Amino acid sequence: MSVYKDTAEVEVRERRLDAILSYKGDAKTLNVQSKKRKVNCPESSYSQCSQCSEGCAEGLICHIIDAAVISHAPIGCSLGASSRHIVGRAVSKSRGLPEHKVQMICSNINEEDTVYGASKKLFTAIYEADRRFKPRVIFLQSSCASGIIGEDMESIARQAEEKLHYPVVPVYCEGFKSTIWSTGFDAAFHAVLRRLVKPAQKKQNDMVNIFNFTGSNTFIPLLHKLGLRVNYLLPMATLEQIASVTEAACTAHICETLATYVAAALEEQYSVPEVKVQPPFGIDWTDEWVREIARYTDRAKLAEQLIVQEHKRIQPELEKLRELLKGKTVYVMSGDAFAHNLANIAKDLDLNVIGLSTLHHDLHFETKEQINSLEALIESVGNIKDVRVCNKQPYRIIKVLQRISPDVLIVRHPNLAPMGMKLGIPTLSEGDANFSIGYDGVLKFGRRLLDLITAEKLFGNIAKHARLPYNSRWRENDVDDVLNNRMLGGEL
Amino acid sequence: MSIYKDTAEVEIRERRLDAILSYRGDAKTLNIQSKERKVSCPGSFYSQCSQCAEGCAETITYHVIDAAVISHAPIGCSVGVSPRHILGRAVSKNRGLPEHKVQMISSNINEEDTVYGASKKLLAAIYEADKRFKPRTIFLQASCASGIIGEDMESIAKQAEEKLHYPVVPVYCEGFKSNIWSTGFDAAFHAVLRKLVRPAQKKQRDLVNIFNFAGSDTFIPFLHKLGLQVNYLIPMATLEQIASLTEAACTAHICETLATYVAAALEEQYGVPEVKVPPPFGIDWTDEWIREIARYTDRAELAEQVIIQEHERIQPELEKLREQLKGKTVYIMSGDAFAHNLANIAKDLNLNVIGLSTLHHDLHFETKEQANSLEALIKSAGNIENVRVCNKQPYRIIKVLQDIKPDVLLVRHPNLAPIGMKLGIPTLSEGDGNYSIGYDGVLKFGRRLLELLTAKKLFVNIAAHARLPYSSWWKENSVDAFDDNTQDNEQSIVI
Amino acid sequence: MSEIIEQPRYGCALSAQQTVLAIPRALPIIHAGPGCASKAFSFAATGAGFQGEGYGGGSHISSTNTGESEVIFGGEPSLEKEIKGALKILDGDLFVVLSGCTSDIVGDDSISVAERFAAQGYPVVGTETAGFKGSSYYGHEIVVKSIIEQFIGDVKPQVRHGLVNVFAVVPFQDPFWRGDLEEIKRILTNIGLEVNILFGNGSAGISEWRDIPNAQFNLLISPSTGTEIAELLEAKYQTPYLQYPILPVGGVETSRFLREVAAFAGLSSLPVEKAIEKEERRFYDYFVAVSDFIGEYWNNLPVDLYAVGDSIYAPGVSSFLVNELGLVPRGVYVTDEPQPAWQSVITETLAARDSRLAAVLKFENDGGAIEMDIREKDKNAGKSIILGSSWEKFLAVDVDSLYAYLSLPLDEIVILNHSYMGYSGGLRLIEEVYSAVFKRKTATSRSIV
Repeated sequence: MSVYKDTAEVEVRERRLDAILSYKGDAKTLNVQSKKRKVNCPESSYSQCSQCSEGCAEGLICHIIDAAVISHAPIGCSLGASSRHIVGRAVSKSRGLPEHKVQMICSNINEEDTVYGASKKLFTAIYEADRRFKPRVIFLQSSCASGIIGEDMESIARQAEEKLHYPVVPVYCEGFKSTIWSTGFDAAFHAVLRRLVKPAQKKQNDMVNIFNFTGSNTFIPLLHKLGLRVNYLLPMATLEQIASVTEAACTAHICETLATYVAAALEEQYSVPEVKVQPPFGIDWTDEWVREIARYTDRAKLAEQLIVQEHKRIQPELEKLRELLKGKTVYVMSGDAFAHNLANIAKDLDLNVIGLSTLHHDLHFETKEQINSLEALIESVGNIKDVRVCNKQPYRIIKVLQRISPDVLIVRHPNLAPMGMKLGIPTLSEGDANFSIGYDGVLKFGRRLLDLITAEKLFGNIAKHARLPYNSRWRENDVDDVLNNRMLGGEL
Repeated sequence: MSIYKDTAEVEIRERRLDAILSYRGDAKTLNIQSKERKVSCPGSFYSQCSQCAEGCAETITYHVIDAAVISHAPIGCSVGVSPRHILGRAVSKNRGLPEHKVQMISSNINEEDTVYGASKKLLAAIYEADKRFKPRTIFLQASCASGIIGEDMESIAKQAEEKLHYPVVPVYCEGFKSNIWSTGFDAAFHAVLRKLVRPAQKKQRDLVNIFNFAGSDTFIPFLHKLGLQVNYLIPMATLEQIASLTEAACTAHICETLATYVAAALEEQYGVPEVKVPPPFGIDWTDEWIREIARYTDRAELAEQVIIQEHERIQPELEKLREQLKGKTVYIMSGDAFAHNLANIAKDLNLNVIGLSTLHHDLHFETKEQANSLEALIKSAGNIENVRVCNKQPYRIIKVLQDIKPDVLLVRHPNLAPIGMKLGIPTLSEGDGNYSIGYDGVLKFGRRLLELLTAKKLFVNIAAHARLPYSSWWKENSVDAFDDNTQDNEQSIVI
Repeated sequence: MSEIIEQPRYGCALSAQQTVLAIPRALPIIHAGPGCASKAFSFAATGAGFQGEGYGGGSHISSTNTGESEVIFGGEPSLEKEIKGALKILDGDLFVVLSGCTSDIVGDDSISVAERFAAQGYPVVGTETAGFKGSSYYGHEIVVKSIIEQFIGDVKPQVRHGLVNVFAVVPFQDPFWRGDLEEIKRILTNIGLEVNILFGNGSAGISEWRDIPNAQFNLLISPSTGTEIAELLEAKYQTPYLQYPILPVGGVETSRFLREVAAFAGLSSLPVEKAIEKEERRFYDYFVAVSDFIGEYWNNLPVDLYAVGDSIYAPGVSSFLVNELGLVPRGVYVTDEPQPAWQSVITETLAARDSRLAAVLKFENDGGAIEMDIREKDKNAGKSIILGSSWEKFLAVDVDSLYAYLSLPLDEIVILNHSYMGYSGGLRLIEEVYSAVFKRKTATSRSIV
């Protein structure tokens, strides 16, 4: 069965990758059970807010150069436009590109539209986007509302294309369709694969595709040392860069959750090999990643030289950082694969990773050959006892943190940092996913942790005055016991 | 008697130019009495704060490129360093120069130093400035304290120079020595003439010295039309520019008070002719100024072409502005000669200059040939009835303003704008001395006045809530009763 | 007004979760798709000057995170479980259910589910706030009205003379709501009123809400949102209301406001006048003190004014800047889609302050259209200031205009108790508008930039 199918939509992660949203146990067991597709996933009768596919899709496509995006939705779905615009400005500046502008219009679906249809508004938005932005592609983002009322985006896109003579590309990222928000990445990549990627004109043997978020420019300097060029995808990529993604020597990425679908599809459909080791976080993983890239680009010797040089270069500072950080306990809460990346860096700094919580977990990826970073982490760090899969849910994680009180909490997602901070735990937010790659990434990570720890008084002060919205029953009991208690009864 | 003397200090304005600090009457009488050196100058029993020579010297020395400045004084004398630094950044940017940094150290004289001497501190400051800034010249600014304790800056400068091998230049700008703060300009220029100016290596026939403040870059585009180059002096000038100012075809300036001393000295000592017409404010003065410059640079024909072209170019907008501003009454309070400049622009916009107050008045300048802008103004704008010479003194000027209620007040000095605003008079602050020169200057001035008048509600609002710190006696009587030539008034104001 | 929207200025009705969070110890329960609560929070709290999760916002917000099965089979059972869970572990005084697009299109009866809990004595209120039903302003009214109807309910008012309920800015949608409400409470207390401010840390929380029917009168400081709340309270508890249709900013308007309120409340004028005099003295002492700066920096100060904000905020701020600081209004853009009847209240109110304000007033919810309009008009960019959101900042930087922050989204500033309301807010606004001169250029009294 092929990875990529020429259908409008890609299958959601729950079904495609057997993704799960809950687990508690140790790392090894999760890995073993994942392989058997038999993970114990307790359901909960209560949940706190999560994120949705639309947000993930938006994060990729709204930063494509010369693209406009229509959010076919009520106004609440595309509220992130200004903050994305700001990220776009910052990242384009950091990468030395022309200032990026997010070009988004919301079709502003209202109640009447849910009854009589919203197609007219969608057309208005498309043509208005064409007039205002003069884009070279328009993406149509679906939403819960457009999905449920059954908007036929395929035919609307086709109709608009006939008039505009450039691609109008539907992205099926309705929030309700998947409880795994990273399904939105797949939706965006599927749309791009379907409509924008073109067969290679000529092979570019020194070009490496890097699938990433809107992060800083760390890959160009790293791969420059191997004499390789970087094709950053999708944020800040031009349509030409996207079309010619098929010409690259290989495909790498910063995180399996982000890019294993598109990477596997490119390998399958266009024979662009995927780098099948963990992304370059931590020294050992960086070594392997460099070797793997070198294998596809025929520079094995250069790679070995580089590895030796880089190890030597970072050694003195690394030693110092290790001394200063040795034994500090760390809890990591982040996206599925990305949490493993962070844990692997922590290990290099002699930190003690005492717990890990990933926001979902894919039991497997697209192909058997793709990397299993959980297994790699266990190999590199050893078993981690306190592992959770949990889509945020502070009512659970806070109790974990209270119990194991780590010296430092590391997060990457919005609204997670306060969990640690309100408990007085110095919390590092790893917002920029490119920042900590490679050899320098380890050093930078260590320096930032040291900076963080100097602000201990701040966190102590926050904890002293913060109040949590949970009651004594929550405080004094196991959460599941409380929730499973069948009746509300006189307890309240 | 020569203008420039090779002494440590230049004579102060009271004695050199018979400068005065008070007068009231009309413009013509002031001009006539000035020529006769017989102006009626009532003293006063009471005064409000003024400014000092050190501040004026500072505006020049702080902004010389590659210079460091030692303020040999208690810390209070040099507290203006941050705004001057900011101004330096702004002006260097505007003129397309490398970012200017003010490099100033205060020797921080304390009580012990006033008893046992402050020379050691001064030397320490000099060597520290050398170490921190690596300057190519160091100015030593005197202060009331250093002056009174008799600091021998000459010998200290010599001593330091021997060690540093670059000029260390004393500037004698003690505040108490002159009531006319612009004496500080003379002090700075004198120091520069003494220690930094060099005889010409070769003449530069297309170069014009422009003495100005740290103002915007308006002269370069303007003189470019005549194919001339500008040597802006002294703020933002390099030591090379200063050394070679003797090579210029002629010297011009934005204001007699600022630069007649240095201009006359350059003419006398180095044969650089001074432009002897009023500076280029207002259309007629600009015409004359261009002609005069052209005379020294041999381009009379081009000048006439430029004048015709420029008149034609600004005419349409000028007409519109005149229509909108016609007949509005204006009161001007500014430095001696600069007030005349502003009045001459106002006239071109059909404004009615109903009063003028200059912060001092020089009865004459260095030479008989130098321009008399008061006379020029009378010629160009007619007599002005309500003229004062008054070193700020809001307790007097406010009463004048209350009396004659101008539609607009124009000022240029710090802390003067509130005088008008608190009376509800839209007040324009002409901070940048270069901004309004030339033909475009007239238009820009008009535009700014129109903008100012749109904000009437603001000034009314301020006036509605402002309280003045004066008594009912002040309100009900003429403050000219404070003049000490009215013998009987001393009793009348005893409470 | 535009059908489609570029550069959104407000959230959808579900964003009224923030209205719930603004009530001390009240907690929202979201019955919607997985991203709705997070997006609303990111926009209205994070994107409103990083106001933070506070007690129970951010990632703590209860949400059914509805998926495909709820869409196909209905989501009421999930909601019921969710409410139970929330009641079991959360420490709150009031729980408000807000439904989203998924549940409202498939027809879940969220209100009935909530009512079943309320019937058992739990403090649960149900609302339908699907994104397609309206804006965050609409959602705010729905939530407040639902709390009144379902939680306060049919009680007999025991009117306390001098007690007033205040309905003013929409919490979070007004990024300065915390400081604004502090100032309102302060000045109303000063003239002798007892104030139910209802939101923010100056509110006693649920006990204050239960006290609503006992007020002598309701004070509506808004030409728009809140009108239906005041009308409901009048019908339900016979409480009269005073509508003050413009945000009082600065000395003139705030004093006028206090006098009108005092007259409506029947307060004796002597102490009121004394309080006003004291406030004005303070306000104008500061104001006159800044006139030195105005005089010397006049050449660098803005002349033309553009303001972009909602109907509660933009008119009041603009009126102050025009009438007390003498700026020339070039554009006042009201972004919250006020109902036609409310629009005429806004226009008339502004015309009464200065006819130029009414002449440049536009009702426009499409930020892209506002940008195009300002670009078209602003030929004097060096002399203008644009008050608005992050979007207006980008525009101002692009056209070389000054800017100050006024409305959502605000992603590049930290806001605590900043406010433009009343006397104190007027002072703050003066600081902002004049300090703007230094934000982008090296301005000095001796140079014109």
